Amino acid sequence: MEEKLTLFKNRKRFGIEKNIDIIFKNTALVLSSFVAIILLGIILVVFFQSFESFSRYGLKFLVTSEWNPVKDEYGAFTAIYGTLVTSFLSLLITIPLGVGTAIFITEDFVPKVVREIIGSFVELLAAIPSVVLGLWAIFVMEPFLRAFFVFLHNFFGWIPLFSTEPTGRNSLLAIFILVVMLLPIVTSIARDSLNQVPKKLRNAAYGIGASRWKTIFSVILPAALSGIMAGVLLALGRAMGETMAVTMIIGNSNAFSWSLLSPGYTISSMLANQFGEADGSQVSSLFYAAFVLMILSLVVNIFAQWLVKKFSLKY
Amino acid sequence: MNSLYYQKRLSRNIGDKFFTSISVICALIAILPLIFLVTYILYKGGSQITPELFTLEPNPPGDDLDAGGINPALIGTLIITTIASIIAIPVGVGGGIYLAEYSKGGAFSRFIRFGVNVLAGVPSIIAGVFIYALIVSTKILFGSMYSGLAGGMALSILMLPTVIKTTDEGLKLVPNELRYASLGVGASMYTTILKVTLPSAFRSIATGVVLGIARAAGETAPLIFTALFSYYYITGFGDLFYEMGSLAVLIYNFALEPYDAQNKLAWAASFILVLSILSVNIFSRILAAFTEKTKRV
Repeated sequence: MEEKLTLFKNRKRFGIEKNIDIIFKNTALVLSSFVAIILLGIILVVFFQSFESFSRYGLKFLVTSEWNPVKDEYGAFTAIYGTLVTSFLSLLITIPLGVGTAIFITEDFVPKVVREIIGSFVELLAAIPSVVLGLWAIFVMEPFLRAFFVFLHNFFGWIPLFSTEPTGRNSLLAIFILVVMLLPIVTSIARDSLNQVPKKLRNAAYGIGASRWKTIFSVILPAALSGIMAGVLLALGRAMGETMAVTMIIGNSNAFSWSLLSPGYTISSMLANQFGEADGSQVSSLFYAAFVLMILSLVVNIFAQWLVKKFSLKY
Repeated sequence: MNSLYYQKRLSRNIGDKFFTSISVICALIAILPLIFLVTYILYKGGSQITPELFTLEPNPPGDDLDAGGINPALIGTLIITTIASIIAIPVGVGGGIYLAEYSKGGAFSRFIRFGVNVLAGVPSIIAGVFIYALIVSTKILFGSMYSGLAGGMALSILMLPTVIKTTDEGLKLVPNELRYASLGVGASMYTTILKVTLPSAFRSIATGVVLGIARAAGETAPLIFTALFSYYYITGFGDLFYEMGSLAVLIYNFALEPYDAQNKLAWAASFILVLSILSVNIFSRILAAFTEKTKRV
């Protein structure tokens, strides 16, 4: 008995092992807090760098469209308008396409193998770098769509959105390339949320005599709605921050125009274009624009996360 | 009696056909761009591939006859992504270990998980702006401004959320019985994590990390004003502190040049970039599917 107790007494961890354990845990803790540090760092750095411009122009910066480094006058209205218009309109096209594709993939119209191939094809589209999409847009999409733009202008020119003569790169092309980029995001998230809807619901609807599409519209889509909405918001955040493909195709002009067929600007394309060679108060104004972009995308992202938490499926 | 048979003309059946064809059209529109895009890049870029492409420096635009090669950009992309991985993988895996193994779902871990999701949604160009303000404009890295090192740091910010998330989720899938068994035979927490849980989650973590690296390799926006671009060979360690080219920035710069030779070089670079990213993606998909199958058995 006595012997046994001493045996257990000796079976303690060595001090050094305990210390390693504590060090390991704290290292992991510090590493995980890096995320918070970087995030706060980004917000603070961008805010303080934009301070000069912020105190000079205040909120007027958001509603004037003068951008003149010579006269030192800055206003980002054109870029903000461009960011909002391109992202919302591209989303408007993407939502029906993406949800339609997701329904096609989750229903059993074609054999499972075919659906899985289409699904992974669409996801692979998300892996293509945006700069390559931009290259493709410049050399393939723009010439291909030029006739269509001329047609739009000739027949719908009375609408302010199509009122300018199409000459090369323009906002509408940026919208189309954004659709190509957003489609995989919306489709894969919509597919996941549709797949999560329990089979019971579908069977119950079929059982009381609903047709396939009646079931989809009245049972399955409403049940998956929160997930789809979250995906849409994530795509919106992505569209607002998307830089390369848009910069390469939008034409980069600060002259404000309501027309989608004229060259435009987004905040991110303005940053990509001017940051390298800016100095003085232009840098501060660019930081101000970056701050606006960051706030926009933060709000959208946080709202998306809240939506997921609040309305996630509870079956 | 009639009502027992399928009636084509019934409005519900017509409606079903109509919506089915709409969703088929949606799916077609969704995959057509990919097919166009991939075939076009393979056709257009593949025809530009020559041995010299991999060994020569690109010539500055203006010389319309010969654009040279993409050697510095290719090496630059490898170096910049390696720097990003060296920073992001330890930090991300460590952070993920804390979230999955140590945290008990309290306010701190909830805040960090929230932060990871928010950081994943920060536009990539903002990461470039941040590094520009922090490192490039302050010349904090031994007085150098634009450098491959700064570019790597900007990319690491983009990789970090992916690495943390995949580590966190990969570790969560490891059954608790393994942990109990390890702790039960007297192993300490860090031995359990390093010897038991991390190895059994290794494949899913590795897949996620590799996908993150592939994604970072194609990022352009954070590099255009941190690493900038260079036409010259990378010869030694010291070049890390100077402007460094990358495939993505080469595509961006040369796509906007009015010269045909430079445009062709951009296509060739796209071919290499897309081919490597797609093959990494497909390979890790196959690996993931394979893992899933073996687990079910």
